[in-house]
Amino acid sequence: MPDKAAIKILNEKCTGCGLCVKACPFGAISMEGKQAVIDLTTCTFCGACVEACKFNAILILMKEEAKADLSDYKDLWVFCEQKKGEIQSVSFELLGKGRELADKLGVSLCAVLLGDGMEGCCGGLVARGADKVYLVDSPKLRNYQDDPYSKVLTALVRKHKPEILLCGATTMGRSLISRVAVKTRAGLTADCTGLDIDREEKLLLQTRPAFGGNIMATIITPDTRPQMATVRHKVMKESEPDAKRKGEIIKEGFPEETYSSRSRLIDVVEEIEETVNLAEADIIVSGGRGVGSPDNFDIIKELAVSVNGAVGASRAVVDAGWMPYSHQVGQTGKTVCPKIYIACGISGQIQHLIGMKSADIIVAVNKDPDAPIFSVATYGIVDDLFKIVPALTTHFKKILGK
Amino acid sequence: MKILVLIKQVPETTDVKIDPETNTLKREGVKSIINPFDMYAIEEAVRIKERSGGGQVIAVSMGPPQAMEALREAISMGCDEAVLLSDKKFAGSDTWATSYTLSQAIRKLGDYSVVLCGKQASDGDTAQVGPGVSTHLDIPQVTYIKKIEQINAESARVERMTEEGYEIIETALPAVMTVVKEINEPRLPSLKGKMRAKKAEIPVWTAEDLLCDEEKIGLDGSPTRVIKVFTPPPRQGGRVLAGEPEAVSKELADLLKDVVISS
Amino acid sequence: MDYLLTEEQQMIKDLCRQIAEEKIKPVAAEYDETAEFAWDIMKILAESDICGIYIPEEYGGMGGGVFELAIATEQLSWGCGGISLGFAATGLGAFPLLLYGNEGQKAEYLPDIAAGRKLASFALTEAEAGSDAGSIKTSAKKDGDHYIINGTKQWITNAGEAEIYTVIAMTNKSKGARGASAFIVEKDTPGLSFGKKENKMGIRSSATREVIFTDCRVPAKNLLGREGLGFIIAMKTFDNSRPGVAAQALGIAQRALDEAVQYTHERRQFGQAISSFQGVQFMLADMGTQLEAARALIYSAARMIDSGARNVAKVSAMCKMYASDVAMKVTTDAVQLLGGYGYMKEYPVEKLMRDAKITQIYEGTNQIQRSVIASSLIKESLGKK
Repeated sequence: MPDKAAIKILNEKCTGCGLCVKACPFGAISMEGKQAVIDLTTCTFCGACVEACKFNAILILMKEEAKADLSDYKDLWVFCEQKKGEIQSVSFELLGKGRELADKLGVSLCAVLLGDGMEGCCGGLVARGADKVYLVDSPKLRNYQDDPYSKVLTALVRKHKPEILLCGATTMGRSLISRVAVKTRAGLTADCTGLDIDREEKLLLQTRPAFGGNIMATIITPDTRPQMATVRHKVMKESEPDAKRKGEIIKEGFPEETYSSRSRLIDVVEEIEETVNLAEADIIVSGGRGVGSPDNFDIIKELAVSVNGAVGASRAVVDAGWMPYSHQVGQTGKTVCPKIYIACGISGQIQHLIGMKSADIIVAVNKDPDAPIFSVATYGIVDDLFKIVPALTTHFKKILGK
Repeated sequence: MKILVLIKQVPETTDVKIDPETNTLKREGVKSIINPFDMYAIEEAVRIKERSGGGQVIAVSMGPPQAMEALREAISMGCDEAVLLSDKKFAGSDTWATSYTLSQAIRKLGDYSVVLCGKQASDGDTAQVGPGVSTHLDIPQVTYIKKIEQINAESARVERMTEEGYEIIETALPAVMTVVKEINEPRLPSLKGKMRAKKAEIPVWTAEDLLCDEEKIGLDGSPTRVIKVFTPPPRQGGRVLAGEPEAVSKELADLLKDVVISS
Repeated sequence: MDYLLTEEQQMIKDLCRQIAEEKIKPVAAEYDETAEFAWDIMKILAESDICGIYIPEEYGGMGGGVFELAIATEQLSWGCGGISLGFAATGLGAFPLLLYGNEGQKAEYLPDIAAGRKLASFALTEAEAGSDAGSIKTSAKKDGDHYIINGTKQWITNAGEAEIYTVIAMTNKSKGARGASAFIVEKDTPGLSFGKKENKMGIRSSATREVIFTDCRVPAKNLLGREGLGFIIAMKTFDNSRPGVAAQALGIAQRALDEAVQYTHERRQFGQAISSFQGVQFMLADMGTQLEAARALIYSAARMIDSGARNVAKVSAMCKMYASDVAMKVTTDAVQLLGGYGYMKEYPVEKLMRDAKITQIYEGTNQIQRSVIASSLIKESLGKK
């Protein structure tokens, strides 16, 4: 156990009720006799048990650590991702959130842009809310590569000392920011769904899902700077461009060594798949006999494409030859476990339900209010799927900005 | 060629459900498994060894003593040896401290060509440890690898998956490589492997064995702190949405918005 | 029930169960439909070292015996009784070698079987020689240092897929059963050919073909034991292999029970799960009890054979007969419990019922088994007097 933190059960207060055992997300607490016992090898001092205990019988003691000289660090930075010279929209989302947080802290919002010939894009970042743009422009930074990007960003951080650094949780962002965090001994929280400021402590409150979204955790970085976080694409709202905004462009350059790389990008291959593998899909839109004909499946496919989902089908539809077998969900088809399963015109025979009942959210659209599918549905709509499905497609396209 | 595979033991998360009465996580009977993404790393490591007709694959895991089980499973799938990093001092490690601790073990093992691991762990989903390890070791990294086209003792040519497709990257070795599930299909253990695993002596290395800087391990070495854990409001079940098609569709789209966006 | 498996046996069981669940179950219906031989699963079994569990360690196996073969076959058959047969019938083909092969023969053939590189097959049955194995017509004539084999074997499992055939042929017709001999014949031997794949009711993915010998010259060194031992080799082979057939039946039956329990628990009628009805419960209870009794009998018989006990024909016949009858009953009851769904190909239980049927027929019909059992009982009783 680290000697700077301790957790203990106050034996005189513990009633052995077991609430803490259930509350512990890490399974670190067990009951011995009528007393709770904490396994310190698995305890992470998250404090879930302290909140759960009705008798104030659990104490977490944190050593008062002398805060490092954190006052040198100021401003909120957003790493702006570019591909082929184009700013990725996740950057605009981060600038939107970053603006809000910077205002709460009363600091400047700074965009960081690495690339080749990117100067023309800086104005756009100002319009999206940046007060300053740090630009590092070099032919060596044309495409993302781990070595030069992490060295350049680390050098910038060391030089200018931002107090917060936000980055998209993309294949680029996650690879890059993890390296910068280790190099600068910074705390980093992945995939935040909520970001806020503790005004008193001037700390970034980073909230993220864990255990597949079954629990949420709020995380802080108390003693080191910058406080780093990644945010997934589409989680935050893009800031609206305001062409009248003014900002400062600061160009930075570094010695040649900083741009060197031990790996080499040989080629970039683009391949966009229209449909997603059924078994792996997060979202599945399925059609049944109610769809009426093979041609009508187009509206099912359009809905699936609009949410980057896969197309499923009931056995009846596959047997009728409307859809190939590879799309069949159910006992003799595939068993699926998506986050969302949208069943359109599927009555919900037991053999179908067996294949999809473990989906997180089940939506049923069917004209027949007595269809068994409604008994497992999270959301049910008793209506004509030909009215509902196209309308849903339109709404999802709007939501996803397609 | 010496190949190291970093694996993590995780709960089989799909089984983790919320108790509707107490609104807490039900963990009873939840099985521990090897992080599914790490299974692909194990398979790839064994394949590299088989292809090159020699070498050694060592699985490394940091965790409580029961993580030994995960390492035995790795051996049953074809890893030659395994090492467990376990010490009460490691408790409370975040990704910074974890990647530091793993990198100390890798230094101790020495003389390696490749460090393989899954792109992320299924419980934490951070994808930070692989890049963290490469940084602590100051070696190159390639993340999200979907294919290793060629590999020898000095360099490798790989395909790295991105949002739009993939990149072909050539990297010097040693390097850290994180892999995605498209890279292979992990094999089942073999009987001889299982027996070897049963008998295998797996050393347990502590902070002292790893010559860890105590300031960089465990809770103390972790810049981040979890200050609050809570359960999101449970979703409402079995609702019938009624009204005009247009209004109902909008209502449904709004209800599903968050999940759709994060998918 | 706890059958006190050794650590190694438990590993075999667990691994075979994992293969059955993860690899066989998902493809079983498709293989049943197409009746193709499941080479991809055979490859997995080879890579997992399962193929050699009953073969001595000196030939690259794991050193187990009939018991290990039985627990593996049971678990694999839970996934699919047809696919598992590729493995189990190789055991049948290998037993003549294991029991009567000389050192050279074992060293030549067993390592490939143990590693899963080659499958084996046992060729006894003919069109006019089924239960009456003594009436086989296939002949083997000595010609210098070769035997020339002529004749046609029928309904031979693994035929066409296996590389190694153990064949019973008459070397001296005048001696009847005592004139039969056993030979090892390799697939690429000139004069060996195969009939078309039979279209079967169940175990459809397993390969069943005629094996046709036309002046097929087999080296004399491929004779197992000596001339005239053929019938004894066949009978001893069956004594060793019947627990495997019983285990196949058991695995199929266990799957049927599992499916029935799950379905009756989920299926609701009159506002409740049908498993809460006593009529259904009684059926489930009988199925489970008979199944466990069959298992206990199979395991005991297998252990007895492995211990080297003499006179194992009776227990071997008993476990095969009992387990296959139980399997037929349990799978039929499972279809009944699933009602209309049970009769549909949508659900796996009708396949289980079709797959179970063969276990009452092959490797000696259950009527023959009863004769064997009865004559043993009578002999034992006379022996006591």
